[in-house]
Amino acid sequence: MDYILHLWTNLGTGMYGLFTGWGLPGWGAKLIIDFIIILLLVILGVLSVIVLTPMERKVIARMQDRPGPNRAWPYGLSQAFADAIKMLTKEMILPKRADRLIYTAAPILIVIPALMIYAVLPFSPVAAGAEVQFGAANLNIGVLYFVALGSVASIAILMAGWGSNNKFALLGAFRVVNQLIAYEVPMILSLLAVVVLTGTMATQRIVEVQSIPYLIVMPIAALTFLASAMAELNRSPFDLLEAESELVAGYQVEYGGMKFAMFYIAEYVNILSTSILFSTLFLGGYKLFGLERVAPVLAPFIVMGKAGFVFFFMLWTRGTFPRIRLDQLVGLAWKFLVPLTLVNLVLVALVVKLSANPWAQAGLVLLGNLITLAVAFLIMSLADRRLKSAAPAAMSEANPLTSAAER
Amino acid sequence: MTIQHVVFIILSAIALIGALGVVLNRRLFRSALFLVLSFVGVAGFYILLEVELLAMIQLLIYVGAIAILIIFAIMLSRQALAADDKVLNEQWVLGVLVAVLLLAALVYILVQVNWPVVEAAAPANSIQRLGESLVSPNEFVLPFEIASVLLLVALVGAVIIAREK
Repeated sequence: MDYILHLWTNLGTGMYGLFTGWGLPGWGAKLIIDFIIILLLVILGVLSVIVLTPMERKVIARMQDRPGPNRAWPYGLSQAFADAIKMLTKEMILPKRADRLIYTAAPILIVIPALMIYAVLPFSPVAAGAEVQFGAANLNIGVLYFVALGSVASIAILMAGWGSNNKFALLGAFRVVNQLIAYEVPMILSLLAVVVLTGTMATQRIVEVQSIPYLIVMPIAALTFLASAMAELNRSPFDLLEAESELVAGYQVEYGGMKFAMFYIAEYVNILSTSILFSTLFLGGYKLFGLERVAPVLAPFIVMGKAGFVFFFMLWTRGTFPRIRLDQLVGLAWKFLVPLTLVNLVLVALVVKLSANPWAQAGLVLLGNLITLAVAFLIMSLADRRLKSAAPAAMSEANPLTSAAER
Repeated sequence: MTIQHVVFIILSAIALIGALGVVLNRRLFRSALFLVLSFVGVAGFYILLEVELLAMIQLLIYVGAIAILIIFAIMLSRQALAADDKVLNEQWVLGVLVAVLLLAALVYILVQVNWPVVEAAAPANSIQRLGESLVSPNEFVLPFEIASVLLLVALVGAVIIAREK
C-alpha cells in the first residue's frame, strides 16, 4: 500500500537502482531517467490534442444546444483520431512562390517552445531524499522561463505569415503579433504580483508557499492572467486571428495537411500548459486539502483535474461571449488590464513590506483587491453613463474603454 | 576538452552562423531571422555561464521584442514580399574599414587586459542577489532609479506621440 501511495518516487528510485546496477554512473542513470520523463511530457503534450479537441467540440456543442460530433465511435469521442489520420495522409503542399525554408521551419519552430514550457510545470511534490524527483525542473526562474518561451512564438508566426508569400497570411500574422505583444504586458504584471508575494520565481516553490489558493487571495491577478493567457492562446472571445466565422485562417491560410496540424498541436499544447500553469500559480497546483501528502501518487491527477477545470472555463467563455473587435482588444489590454495589474502589483509590494505573516498578507491583499475592483467598477460605470448621455453619434465612435465596460 | 568546451564551440557556431547570415543574406527578412538565431546562440552562452536570468531576459527582450520590432520596421519600410536586395552597397569600403578597426580594437583589449578570474562556483541564488544589489543604497540604486525614470519618460513620450489629437 505504501509502495502504491508513493508510486512515482518508488518507480524512479527502482529505475535508478536498475541502471546503476548495470554499471552506469549516477549521473548517467539520472540522464536516462530525465530523457524518459521528457519523452513522457512530450507525449502528454502532443496527445492533449486528442483529448482536448473532442472535449472542446462536445462541450461547446452542448452549450449551443446541438449534438456536436456523434458519428465516430463512441459518441464522436474518437473524432480526433480520424482527424489525425486525415491530416497525416494529406499531400504536402508548398505554395509556388513561398520561401521554402521559412515556410517549412515555421510550424516546427512554433511547437518547440510550446513543448519546452512543460519543463517548469510541477506535477508532484518534492519527495524528501529521493534520487529521482518528479517535480518541476529546479529552475529559479520558472515563471520568467514561461514568459520568455511564450514570446518566441511570435517569431514563428511572423515566419509563417511571411514565408507563405501571401498578403492575407502576412496581415494575419501582424494581427496576431500585435495581440501577443499587447497581452504580454498585463500577463507579466499579474505574474509579477505572484512572484512578489511568494518571493520566488520557481514554480515548485510557489506551490509549496501557497497555503490559500491565490485565486482567492488575488482575484485581480488571477483573472487578468487568465484573460491575457486566453488572448495569448487566441481563444474566444479574443480569437481574432482565426475568427472561423469571419476570416479564413489568418497566418495559417497557406498551410495544409501535417504542417497545418503542427500549428493546431502547438495551440493545444499551449492551452494545456497554460491551464496547468494557471492551476499551479492560482489554484494551489498539486495541493488538494493535504491529499498530496498522504498519497503523492495522486498529485499529477490533481494537477490535470484542475487544469481540466481551467480548460472548461475557457470553453465556457467561448460559448458565452461574443468576439471583440481589434481596437477593443488592444484597448482592453492597455487601458484596463495594465492599470489594474499595476495597482495590484503596487498593493502586493506594499503588503509584503507591511507584514511578514502569510495570513495577514493574504487578508490585506484580498481587501486591497476588493477595493480596487470596486473602484474600477465605479469608474467604468461612470464612463459608461457619460457615454450613454452623450449624443448617439458618440456611441458609434470606437471607445475601447467603455466598450470593455459594456462587455 | 571538457563538455563545456564542446557546448561552447556549438554555441559559437550557432551565433557566428547567425551573424554571417545577417550580412550575407539577400533578403532582409531572412537576415532578421538569422539575427534571431544569433541572439539565441548568445542566450545559450548565458546558460553555459550559469546565469539563467540573463538567458531568459535575452530571449524575452532580444528575440521577443527587439527582433519583432526589427521585422515590423522592415515590413513597414519596404515592400514585404519584394524580390532580393543586393548584399553590398556603395559604402562597402567604408564599412570594411570600420569593421577592421573595431576588430583590431577588440583584439587589442582582449590581449592586453588582465581578466579577473574567480575560481569559486556561481552563487546558487543569483537572482535574489541581483535584486538586492539593484535596490540597496550602497550599490546600484541610483543608476537603477535613473534608468527607471528614463524609461518612464520614454513611455510617456511614446504615448504622447501615438495620440491622435
